[in-house]
Amino acid sequence: MALALQQLINGLTLGAVYGLIAIGYTMVYGIIGMINFAHGDIYMVSAFIAVTVFTLLATFGISSIPLSLLLVLLVAVLFTSVYGWTVERTAYRPLRGSTRLAPLISAIGMSIFLQNMVQLTQGARVKPIAPVLVGGIDLLTVDGFTVRLAYSQILIVLVTIALMAGFTWLITRTSFGRQQRSCEQDRTMTALLGINVDRTISLTFMLGAALAAVAGVMVTVYYGVVDFFIGFVAGIKAFTAAVLGGIGSLPGAMLGGLLIGLIEAFWAAYLSAEYKDVATFSILILVLMFRPSGLLGRPEVEKV
Amino acid sequence: MSALVLAHHRISPTERLKDAAAVAFIALLLGIPMIGLTTIDQGGALRIATRWPALLAFIAACFVGRLLLRYGFDQLRARKLAREQAAAAVRDRNLAASPLLTWVGWGALGVSLALPIVFTDNRYVVDTATTVLIYVMLGWGLNVVVGLAGLLDLGYVAFYAVGAYTYGVLATQLGWTFWQALPVAGAMAASFGIILGWPTLRLRGDYLAIVTLGFGEIIRVILVNWTELSGGPNGITSIPRPSFFGLPFKPPGDDPTFASFFGLEYSPSHRIVFLYYLILALALLTNLFVSRMRKLPIGRAWEAMREDEIACKAMGINARNVKLSAFAIGAMLGGFAGVFFAARQGFISPESFTFNESAIILAIVVLGGMGSQLGVVLASLVLVLLPELGRDFAEYRMLLFGTAMILIMIWKPGGILAHREPTLRYLATTGDKR
Repeated sequence: MALALQQLINGLTLGAVYGLIAIGYTMVYGIIGMINFAHGDIYMVSAFIAVTVFTLLATFGISSIPLSLLLVLLVAVLFTSVYGWTVERTAYRPLRGSTRLAPLISAIGMSIFLQNMVQLTQGARVKPIAPVLVGGIDLLTVDGFTVRLAYSQILIVLVTIALMAGFTWLITRTSFGRQQRSCEQDRTMTALLGINVDRTISLTFMLGAALAAVAGVMVTVYYGVVDFFIGFVAGIKAFTAAVLGGIGSLPGAMLGGLLIGLIEAFWAAYLSAEYKDVATFSILILVLMFRPSGLLGRPEVEKV
Repeated sequence: MSALVLAHHRISPTERLKDAAAVAFIALLLGIPMIGLTTIDQGGALRIATRWPALLAFIAACFVGRLLLRYGFDQLRARKLAREQAAAAVRDRNLAASPLLTWVGWGALGVSLALPIVFTDNRYVVDTATTVLIYVMLGWGLNVVVGLAGLLDLGYVAFYAVGAYTYGVLATQLGWTFWQALPVAGAMAASFGIILGWPTLRLRGDYLAIVTLGFGEIIRVILVNWTELSGGPNGITSIPRPSFFGLPFKPPGDDPTFASFFGLEYSPSHRIVFLYYLILALALLTNLFVSRMRKLPIGRAWEAMREDEIACKAMGINARNVKLSAFAIGAMLGGFAGVFFAARQGFISPESFTFNESAIILAIVVLGGMGSQLGVVLASLVLVLLPELGRDFAEYRMLLFGTAMILIMIWKPGGILAHREPTLRYLATTGDKR
């Protein structure tokens, strides 16, 4: 029982991170219909920026935890969204309107590029940072097993809830949100109505990158280590989450993320840690067999 | 008229400078966290290190590069416009319909046949050529799934792995030879193709992509963890090499060897050259097989399914069988390539079957021009030789590899040989431009 509770907490934390990254996939997929394979690497870039800024702050002697967290988040979001913008501008925009697979290959190229760029400029070794947020609350102890809710886990869940709320507001209530949804439905018509489609797409990429940046900072705080390869695994998991929830659907991305986080945590605890990825993908396949457009996705109606 | 167009495209020097300055500013933002600053591990704690000169050089390079690139592009565009207006009538030069490509194909065949004879003593060249041919074969196999049937497969490497491990296990544990294991491994990979294809029949496009990707990962994770069968992360070692119809490539001994049977002096290059011709033959057979398949009803059904699934179903084509056969045949060809890979390396481990490998094979198909057989050859040449040529600056080769993938895609979004020759023409004069 205690173990289950602990795994629930761990799974939700992990799931929140996946969900944040998955939103970037889902939004980009919704608006231009491509899998942004470089998205996981954007998240990885953000984690590296977070490491650098944390170290920088430590050098300047800023030790207040809320202040340094806020600064790191701000800086990481700022620089990472520039990365998101640049990726779209250089690798995807020239390919708009070509075949469906062309931007996919370009995205894979971009992913390889970003990984190797970071490896070259920041080093190939794992970077550990001094723990930022230590401690936690001991919830209960059963038979010597203590269920622990770390402060970093509380932080991740709270930040994710806040971001989701803000994001839902942004998409459903603001003018940008309307433009974004309109571009998803029909780009040509949106352009005819006088909306700058290119700008909307760029902003979507920047927003997705910003969310990935937050996820990157959170993971750096949570695990305390980063390396240039973390983007790949997180990217695949987050993309799986986006598809599981129904690609193109924002609540779906979050739901998918949480589900994958929970599946991983429970499978690793009760069955086998080695095969947790197998479990994740098998459940994805199972879900898609019965609901081919994901849990919350609308089935594609094809008119002949 | 053309002067007017040229004037329209002329941009003032101030605008050029502004544009380049904007690029330099972006470069500054991109460069600060990655080039300008870095962290160094010092006694367990990280310390900040700065590289301002490198950042400055990067920004300057971006500024100058942008200026030159823009200038060059504008010049090119103006010239192209002028030329197009002058020669609008003589358009539609149909590259694929010209006999040139056929000749290039035969030429490539000639070169590949002669290559090991010319470079007998240069092991490196023959080895690299063998690698290129493995990718050509994989590309042709994946082409069935992606290029012909239009099913996006991001986990093709799984079938390559199934083939390789089937041979590895059969050879090391049951003592099967290469030729005995080859068909079994192909059948094994094909059945895995059907296992993958079955649950994904209803999925389209990118849902299919993620499921295939997941399938590739599942196979890899199983190979890493099923230590009794696959040797785990250490893989399978000392896999026997193929023999020449029972004649091994060994230094002379009691049993007849390849060298002694033919009265040749033993040389280790015999095996290298034999392996080269073996994969060449396998690849050519694949090519022949696929191009024959395309002309059969099933091949036509693949291509029809790619173009419009609903229309196909309305015409009474069994979508399930068509999709499953594409998966199975693509997988079988991947499995054959896997057997060869295992036999050539003598050692396999899950390391060789990562997602990156799938991405490279897919890139070969797409960069070459989907559905184009010769395009696959060109793209494999580019993608295998590029990292090889980049050996001198080894650190940067994968960086260049990624950049090249993006640039080729931007330059030719449809692939190097973008034009697809339709299998059937409605009228002899109807050009097909996709």
